[in-house]
Amino acid sequence: MFQYEFMTNAFAAAGIVAVVSGVVGYFLVMRGQTFAGHALSHIGFAGATGAGLIGLAPLWGLLGFTLAAGIVMGALSDRISNRDVAIGVVLALALGFGLLFLHYYTSFATQATALLFGNVLAVDHSMIATLAALGVVTLVSLAVIMRPLIFATLQPELAEAKGVPMRFISTAFLALVAIAVSACAQIVGVLMVFTLMVGPAAAAQRVTTGLWSGLVLSAALALAESWLGLAIAYYTDWPVSFCIALLSALAYFICLAMPAPRAKVHAH
Amino acid sequence: MTKDIVVELDHASIRIGGRTVLADASFAIQSGEFIGVLGPNGAGKTTLMRSILGLLPPSGGGLRVFGHTPHCGDRSIGYLPQLRTVLPDLRVRGLDFIGASLHGDRWGIPRLSHSERHMIEETLEAVGARELATRPLSQMSGGERQRLLLAQALIGEPKLLLLDEPLISLDARHQEVAIEVVRRVCRERGITVMFSAHELNQLLPAIDRVLYLGNGQAVLGNVDEVVTAPVLSRLYGAEIEVIRAGGHIFVMSHGSDVERTDHAHGHGHDHEHGHGHSGHDHGHHH
Repeated sequence: MFQYEFMTNAFAAAGIVAVVSGVVGYFLVMRGQTFAGHALSHIGFAGATGAGLIGLAPLWGLLGFTLAAGIVMGALSDRISNRDVAIGVVLALALGFGLLFLHYYTSFATQATALLFGNVLAVDHSMIATLAALGVVTLVSLAVIMRPLIFATLQPELAEAKGVPMRFISTAFLALVAIAVSACAQIVGVLMVFTLMVGPAAAAQRVTTGLWSGLVLSAALALAESWLGLAIAYYTDWPVSFCIALLSALAYFICLAMPAPRAKVHAH
Repeated sequence: MTKDIVVELDHASIRIGGRTVLADASFAIQSGEFIGVLGPNGAGKTTLMRSILGLLPPSGGGLRVFGHTPHCGDRSIGYLPQLRTVLPDLRVRGLDFIGASLHGDRWGIPRLSHSERHMIEETLEAVGARELATRPLSQMSGGERQRLLLAQALIGEPKLLLLDEPLISLDARHQEVAIEVVRRVCRERGITVMFSAHELNQLLPAIDRVLYLGNGQAVLGNVDEVVTAPVLSRLYGAEIEVIRAGGHIFVMSHGSDVERTDHAHGHGHDHEHGHGHSGHDHGHHH
């Protein structure tokens, strides 16, 4: 299958995005903010269709909207808060706006499916370069804020007392999630970013309790799922996003069923 | 015991959310003292600790810690917050949990050097919880989490330890063990301790003096001076009787034990309680 350029492109793009998603997703799961990540992708849909209206590439609309939304969400709460209802309302509103933009820019409608469910087979070289740049920015920034991010996640009260800039950390993190979501949506679509951002990370946290082993496993699972998904899609002609979603769910449920390594039956 | 003053309030007032928690309070805690911090819910035990940590400047008067205005991130203060935010599904092992706090205020990628790892394990050993290093947080009982947090507060050689309700969610035996561990470790290392709790009796063998908060006031002194009917009636804003029997002290309001009533729902359970300072007002029994 590697004789086709669209397949090698797809493998390269999916590989970059999978690693970024696996790593960022690990912290998203740790912070209990998966729903916020889900919402960011839906808000990005409105951005992508809106970008079509004014003649921009969907990725930039996606990126702009998710970044703005991530920063606003981070700034509104300096502690981890799962404001499910508020996020849900904004999420639905964003999808509504996406629909409105589509309504006024009908020729764009053919791209709607690609936005919602991904179209990794249409990735070209410039997109790979863009994804790689976004990936590097995300991973490097994450490395910079990683230590206070983990501290603020695990022990917000203590972190605050030790002078960790809580609001900045949560805002910066959601901005990085926004970038990762935008990249991820290029592969599996805005509706299915969970498959790469949450599935592998949640599975990894089921089987390992170490920080680094969890991070590496999360990224490795995301990479394996996306590449294997591409291969399955190539031989079966099923949609790529479906194959990745299937593998992601399988991996998660297998890890869920596995007895955790140190899960001795302890008084609880 | 030296006469160095570690925490000093000089006619200090502390306000939070429009409510005066302390008004014109003055007291001085000396180096190496083990202070039991008591008072009804909402009396401001947590708020006072947050002020000492530099998170909430006093609205009036002076507050000095080690002779300076407190500042955020003071490394000489160890802090064990009330356990409120533990994510239920957190599968991070104890070692990484403590490791994350070690230099958590610095940028970059977390790394544990060999000596730091050793130090964490040693401190866990000191509080009798070595095995928690490899266990995920989601599998620890409330008591085990408290011991983990206590170990964490002790790391970094603090000179002042602020322990906010460390006994909550521990059963009676573990409460005694926790007090004993804190007392032993802090005596050995010369650490000044402020230890807030609901119940006085268990602290009696350990504490040097008691700081009683209530009604916007703070009284620091020996147990015999402070835990008396007139003083506590003033602090609780209600008529209080103090009964001493068999080495125990019972603080009673209208025939019921104030501390036990306060404490009843936080006792014997093995999970967290939201004993926030803005929580229910059990102090008044009208």
